[in-house]
Amino acid sequence: MSLAAKDRRQAWGLLAPALVWTAAFFILPFFAMIALSFAHMEGREIVRGFDPGNYTRIFTDPVMLEALRNSLEITVVVTVISIVLAYPLAAIIAFRVPACWQRLALLLAVLPFWTSYVVRSYSWLLVLGQNGVVNKTLLGLGLIAEPLEIASTRAATVIGFVHFFVMLLTLTIYANLIQLSPNYARAAQDLGASRWQCFTHVILPLTLPGVITGAFLTFVLCIGDYITPQILGGNTELTLPQLIMLQLGRSGNFPLASALSVVLMAVVTLAYFASSRWLRLDRV
Amino acid sequence: MIRTLSWAYLAVAYAFVFLPVAVLVAFSFQDGRLPVPPFKGVTLDWYAKVLGNDDLTAALLNSLLVAVVSSLVALILGFLAAHALARVRLPGSALMRGVLIAPMTVSYLIVALGLLNLFNLTGLRLSLLTAGIGHVVVNLPLCFAITYAAMGDHQRSAERAARDLGAPEWKVVTLISAPMLAVPLAAAFFLSVTFSWDEFIIAFLLTRFDVTLPVEIWSMLKSGLSPATNAVGSLVFLVSVTLVILLELTVFRKRP
Repeated sequence: MSLAAKDRRQAWGLLAPALVWTAAFFILPFFAMIALSFAHMEGREIVRGFDPGNYTRIFTDPVMLEALRNSLEITVVVTVISIVLAYPLAAIIAFRVPACWQRLALLLAVLPFWTSYVVRSYSWLLVLGQNGVVNKTLLGLGLIAEPLEIASTRAATVIGFVHFFVMLLTLTIYANLIQLSPNYARAAQDLGASRWQCFTHVILPLTLPGVITGAFLTFVLCIGDYITPQILGGNTELTLPQLIMLQLGRSGNFPLASALSVVLMAVVTLAYFASSRWLRLDRV
Repeated sequence: MIRTLSWAYLAVAYAFVFLPVAVLVAFSFQDGRLPVPPFKGVTLDWYAKVLGNDDLTAALLNSLLVAVVSSLVALILGFLAAHALARVRLPGSALMRGVLIAPMTVSYLIVALGLLNLFNLTGLRLSLLTAGIGHVVVNLPLCFAITYAAMGDHQRSAERAARDLGAPEWKVVTLISAPMLAVPLAAAFFLSVTFSWDEFIIAFLLTRFDVTLPVEIWSMLKSGLSPATNAVGSLVFLVSVTLVILLELTVFRKRP
């Protein structure tokens, strides 16, 4: 056997465990899920077959359509607000904070990232609730007469999400900004660009791939999240993941839950293609 | 002017980021039944209650077990695959990289649902093992990507030298590749541990009787606001932050 062939055989041997694992526990269940989405329920029994009924239901039933719309609206709003808030934060840390303090500043900015995910949403409930810190403070200052209803609304869900994603995006945008050579900005300013022009024409376009990559990550994680809307949003409006969990719990309707998951996947795939021109997933 | 604005923005941003954590920790010491203002005084009762709760300590140990074992499996599988793909040009290696990374782009909920269906079909009972399988699925791409990105030409020549001198492949992997990649390997492992340790939805759907800590906390939330939940949250935060600071001071310090 030639050396190259032996190398290749060994490489396959090293590769096999990871590939088999991914095939068995990710790809296979994934296709099984797609197949299941075309089944339907009779009583509590799953009847397999090729029945697109679940999909027609998703796109005609007002409850399902509303959940889809809620999810999309919340996700888009969260993504936009998070970028708008995180960009200046990352820029200030990268350009204003002295170099030796930057790592510490960054570490501090994302420290609450390490609280338990479930507990973080719960903490916002303590802050935003009827008797929470915000209401008690505003009442105490005499700024409001009645407690604000923030918890159990969409606003609470959005605040909880924005808090998480500002931290995530600050990290990715900072990593992008710090890689830029200061010479670009210097050159622009030598050629007479104002600070603002320098930002819009030089810095922003150069960091766009990083921003879009962060936005895509935010989109994917936000639209698939169950915890934050479940804890903070109350039960006034449902998101797609909440609807999926309801199907699993209440009625054991796995086929419908699978179809909803396929729709969720399709939305993410669309977002991927919309942003793929700028995506640098390998450089996150 | 811009300078002042910058520092003001920084201060407001830090306040926003730390607000929920500060409230969480402060009211874990609340001497009263509700973790909301007014603050009635300091007590450690809730911590005593939480540490004496057998369900919670069992869940904590379960979480640690699942996190460490699943991260080890993910790390070994990911590292071996990265080693193979970085070394030899195989037909379709771009496709295989894609396949290995793919689970990263899918919501955890969907990964969990797919596995739940699979385990229902095969009759495998839900337990810590099934949750661990799920965690390996989502952490394997991470471990693979981190170690793959860290492998360079320098490393390849050292491995080739070892091979030329007659080392069998397992010795190359264990004595050359792994030690040279100690930092990225440690980073991948600890990142996986923190993700797995904190993961909710997979653990929630794929466990039954023995549950992990996030799932146990979730069931605590159902009984409403309580300083006990604050105490658990604060303890988890303390552990995670200690881990992060230790990592920062040891593993990442040496980076040029």
